[in-house]
Amino acid sequence: MTPHLLYAFTGLLLFVTGLFGMIALDHLLRKLLALNLMGSGTFLVLVGLAQHRNGVDPVVQALVLTGIVVAIAATALGLVLIRRYYHLSGRSSLEPDTNDEAGP
Amino acid sequence: MMAWLMAGLLFTPLAWAVMSLMAGFRAGWRLAWLGMAVQGLVSVLLWLAIADQGGFYYALGDWPAPLGIELRVDGLAVTFILLTATVATACGLHAGVYLDPDKPWQRYFWPLFWFLWAGLNAVWLGADLFNLYVGLELISLSAVGLVALGGAGDALRASLRYLLAALVGSLFYLLGVALIYGQFGTLSLGGVAQLAEDHTALAGAGIALALMLAGLALKTALFPLHGWLPPAHGIAPSPVSALLSALVLKASFYIAARLWLALGETQGSYGVAQLAGALGAAAVLWGSWMACLQPRLKQVVAYSTVAQVGYLFLLFPLTWQVSDQISQQAQEGMTLQVISHALAKAAMFLAAGNLVLSTGSSKVEDLAGVGRFLPFSLFSFGLAGVSLMSLPPSGGFAAKWLLLQATIGSGQWWWALVLIAGGLLSAAYVFRIYRASFQEASGQDDFHHPPRRLEAIPMALALLSLGLGLAGEPVLAIMGLPFEEDG
Repeated sequence: MTPHLLYAFTGLLLFVTGLFGMIALDHLLRKLLALNLMGSGTFLVLVGLAQHRNGVDPVVQALVLTGIVVAIAATALGLVLIRRYYHLSGRSSLEPDTNDEAGP
Repeated sequence: MMAWLMAGLLFTPLAWAVMSLMAGFRAGWRLAWLGMAVQGLVSVLLWLAIADQGGFYYALGDWPAPLGIELRVDGLAVTFILLTATVATACGLHAGVYLDPDKPWQRYFWPLFWFLWAGLNAVWLGADLFNLYVGLELISLSAVGLVALGGAGDALRASLRYLLAALVGSLFYLLGVALIYGQFGTLSLGGVAQLAEDHTALAGAGIALALMLAGLALKTALFPLHGWLPPAHGIAPSPVSALLSALVLKASFYIAARLWLALGETQGSYGVAQLAGALGAAAVLWGSWMACLQPRLKQVVAYSTVAQVGYLFLLFPLTWQVSDQISQQAQEGMTLQVISHALAKAAMFLAAGNLVLSTGSSKVEDLAGVGRFLPFSLFSFGLAGVSLMSLPPSGGFAAKWLLLQATIGSGQWWWALVLIAGGLLSAAYVFRIYRASFQEASGQDDFHHPPRRLEAIPMALALLSLGLGLAGEPVLAIMGLPFEEDG
């Protein structure tokens, strides 16, 4: 197992773990964290897999930096929405739409 | 000249987003007039320039490809840019009157609106896979913000669900991009397609394509991944719903279509093509059927979007290993479907917004009597419906006609059944709204009349969608070879 494949498979494992959490967990914060885990896994695949040609690749480093910025923006937006949702409805999980009471 | 046009196109939305962030809603609206005028002018000039000289590659700020941002400006891209300018301007003008300027949170409407526009332009023009990802994320984040703006618990739940679905979709796409880069060492779509053609034995690219398509299908709300769409599109303010249904969904589909046409031939398979088509067909039938059952007016329109998006996925089986002529027909039909649906659905959502504003209720059954008080908006709704039902001479008809020819030409007659059934079902839900509107209910005579401009905008969009059927030929001619490398 060469190092770049090790990185890639670790990344893939993280991605799958995150995906599982995203689907299986109820609490919105946990879902958001799971999403971040998926993101980190993707970045690891991106950086790790690209190393196999000629050492460290500056292009993917730049891409991952951009990706991290995007991920932070998305996480921040998610947190704001979750906080507001919690204030308005007193819930911390998404429930089926049949339950239509709009909070206090 | 061209550099100025490109700068205007890409720079205006971003600059306007920042400027309107500092202004309130009213000042932002006055600012938006100028911005929409600039954007419209630049789009038309660019379109004329492409029609004259053909497409070209444009390196942003003269930075070359791997680290710089390369843009592909071709006939299809400028057509979609022009479409975006048309629909977004209409929605912006509508929103300026429709939204309540005294609510404090509305001042964030314009920045989000402009960021959305910037993201859309970035996706239409993007030539490399990673920048397409950034464009997609810009679109998703601003779209989620627009849905959530000032909403109550329900709106926030819808927008959270939308956010999670959109982010998972983007990450699937990004994972595919990571695999592609690991395999080929390039991110340019053209370069990847070239390499994939030379080395057909590489297995990784097939998996990467599947991951990217799955992620984009989730973002485009392909059946059965459409669960997030109806709540989000149904609960957002009408101008926002119109933007989301008309343009935002098309962005992720556009990327999927480009990927498929570049890589599908070498990396795709009969199974994948037929699966995408089958899911699209299921979306057409299920979405239309659900639209017939929804109690709320805007939910009807939202489910109709699920159905109309299903048609787009027929592109996959109709372009896989068929002759160039049939593939061309399918691509032209699909492009017309994207344009006519964008115009018709924007008109329909805006008209539905007027009806809701007028009756003060979002239920279909409360529309009773509105046919007498608000005939103009109802007429726009119906005209948009004509395009969705794909009756001649609408743009929807021209699109379905091309698709029908492609299905027969490629011997896949089963998709023709879907086209016909979808048309009939959409007639069913449009007439359901009409039946409710013309009923004379007792006691309901308290109608609010929306301002004249709110009624004129959906009418203009609906007429454009109808006229597209007549003007389809020149539009297609200027697009040249859709989704193909040129220039």
